[in-house]
Amino acid sequence: MKLHYSLTALVVVAVLSGSALAARTDVTLGMPLEPPNLDPTAGAAAAIDEVVYANIYEGLTRFAPDGSVLPALAKEWAIENEGLRYVFTLHEGVSYHDGAEFNADDVKFSLDRAMAEDSTNAQKGLFSNIDSVEVIDPLHVAVNLKQADGSLLFNLAWGDAVILDEATAADAATNPVGTGPFIFANWVQGDRVDIVKNPDYWGTPVQLDKATFKFISEPTAAFAALMAGDVDVFPNYPAPENLPQFDADPRFSVVLGSTEGETILTMNNGSTPLNDKRVREAISHAINRDEIIDGAMFGYGTPIGSHFAPHHPAYVDLTEQSAFDPEKAKELLVEAGYSNGLTLSLKLPPPSYARRGGEIIAAQLRDIGIETEIENVEWAQWIEQVFKGGDFDLTIVSHTEPLDIGIYANPDYYFQYDNATLQELMDTFNVETDTAKREQMLRDAQKIIADDYVNGYLFQLAKTGVASAKLKGLWANAPTQANDLTGVYWEE
Amino acid sequence: MSWRSIIPGAILVFTVMLAALGSLFWTPYDVADLDIRNKMQTSSIEHWLGTDHFGRDIFSMLMVGARTSIAVALVAVGIGMGVGVPLGLFAAARAHGWIDELIMRGNDLVFAFPALLIAIMITAVFGPSALNAIIAIGIFNIPVFARLSRGAALSLWTREFILAAKVAGKGAFRISFEHVLPNISNLLIVQGTIQFSLGILAEAGLSYVGLGAQPPVPSWGRMLAESQTLITLAPHLALYPGLAIVFTVLGLNLLGDGLRDWLDPRLRRER
Repeated sequence: MKLHYSLTALVVVAVLSGSALAARTDVTLGMPLEPPNLDPTAGAAAAIDEVVYANIYEGLTRFAPDGSVLPALAKEWAIENEGLRYVFTLHEGVSYHDGAEFNADDVKFSLDRAMAEDSTNAQKGLFSNIDSVEVIDPLHVAVNLKQADGSLLFNLAWGDAVILDEATAADAATNPVGTGPFIFANWVQGDRVDIVKNPDYWGTPVQLDKATFKFISEPTAAFAALMAGDVDVFPNYPAPENLPQFDADPRFSVVLGSTEGETILTMNNGSTPLNDKRVREAISHAINRDEIIDGAMFGYGTPIGSHFAPHHPAYVDLTEQSAFDPEKAKELLVEAGYSNGLTLSLKLPPPSYARRGGEIIAAQLRDIGIETEIENVEWAQWIEQVFKGGDFDLTIVSHTEPLDIGIYANPDYYFQYDNATLQELMDTFNVETDTAKREQMLRDAQKIIADDYVNGYLFQLAKTGVASAKLKGLWANAPTQANDLTGVYWEE
Repeated sequence: MSWRSIIPGAILVFTVMLAALGSLFWTPYDVADLDIRNKMQTSSIEHWLGTDHFGRDIFSMLMVGARTSIAVALVAVGIGMGVGVPLGLFAAARAHGWIDELIMRGNDLVFAFPALLIAIMITAVFGPSALNAIIAIGIFNIPVFARLSRGAALSLWTREFILAAKVAGKGAFRISFEHVLPNISNLLIVQGTIQFSLGILAEAGLSYVGLGAQPPVPSWGRMLAESQTLITLAPHLALYPGLAIVFTVLGLNLLGDGLRDWLDPRLRRER
């Protein structure tokens, strides 16, 4: 009898563990910020792309995990007319999640919509060189350029350049319908977005059946959610101080990668006293980057000396030019006529790189005689006051767009840097197709902004991902703002 | 018996006051000085309570934080008393008149709002700062003192010595301040102590959500908030400011309780 019972128990255990062995097909991702809408072509927030890019929406081209550009909806392309005309061949049999067929008309619609006068696209500059989009037949579309442009394929890979169907584009903010491997299921505002597998996906089918993006803004809550298993992965874990603990725990793996996030102390070049280059130079020399990386990021981050990602082939290390030198900083301040010191406002958005980094920078600036008035602001306030309103002296923010040095050629951008030489350089850069020449121009641009001490360049944000140890296929680096789930699977 | 709680209460409050006043002249380290290389150290001879995540000396931070807390709470109670008591006395002097109604219903209105939420609203509109925290907490002290002083004053107005003063030709204003106020002062002192402890809690709460004193001015509530994600790495970062709040509030409550028992004539006989 006893034997019988234990046999039964064994069978039960075997059955239970058997079902447990089958790999999971759902995943819950934690994100610190909730997207304001789900239309990547009508919003600047990184969180939008972090949900929809490569999962729901696709463009003609896309970014690979290493940042290179791969074909997506466009199978191949031919460059004609000395670089002035790109003819894209589209994949056949691609349909939207609602069953509508994808064809060349959608490409024309999407690009025209992004380029239009009244377009709400956050990165209109990506399309500024496109002259016209021409439908040749349902599977062929030509993009005619104003000038030969080496960046077109790169530009079309951005989340801001994804292809939408004309019929559903108006509702994309709340009900995104794309061509991607996942279908938007539901959005519980303030909590999560659910997406499910697209059974009719045209490309390689994904291994996950369901994915949930859960929005957890509090670092403490993020820690608890990971520990409790409520969240399987935090691709950008918000509290670097907890990483050693996750690393020591066999249930988790910590993945350190690079991002496109140049974290900078932005200075308002448009108003006194920061329109004086000597003051900006003084501030740049007052900053001790190692202290900031250690104190605010617990060592995760790479110092930068200009607005450029260190992993890019055209990177020049210019950190020495603005090396920590408080004595020189004080001299420069005296030279600029501020021997009695000055007071500047410092507005800090919520991430810890800004809040903690801001306190450290305030202490470092105090050492050279600059007092700061710190004001902690929420993101909505920051966008309103700083980014749109220009009502600030100093702020700290990470610019996470890839290869975004072009923002310095826009005199209306929020730090209001106006330099005709750089603007000309970026104009020629945009039409240059030779890689070696393009890289040289990028090097020159880095030097120009470093020479002008436009902003205080702090460090390149590290991508600090924490994931369940059995979850595989996530991007280690972040060449763009994305949580591409197409290759994600659970190891058995 | 319970008046004896004055002693531990007074000791705790005195210690905190001393730390706060002392911080004006001397702290072991400058709280504005960061020393990132020596961050999150535990107690040592150099740093009695260790250092925080920026390498600042926690003991010095607590001393200056005490100053912030006490200054905010003290001024807030001052506003509450300064406005609330005259309002209450005035209402009592005009008992059951329309002025009385107006004042007391206005008080009810302020009472009807959740205090901390209004404080959050005020700081959201006018920007977070210690000053706005003071105003927010102060406004909510007004009805407390107005109601208390009106109630106590009303019962005094029926007493003979007030009648005598009236007969002597004194006006309501003089009676209120020369006869009523001195006789309710013990009540006000006791209530003041209790409101003071609530004020310290409110200041810590506002700073915790980032609406109190702004960095780099140290504040107990913000020290707690900042140590939250570090609690597994360095629990002492949260422990010491937490204990500081607990002991200050406990001390003030003990002091308030003891003072009430000591000053209340009905309980005084039991001594």
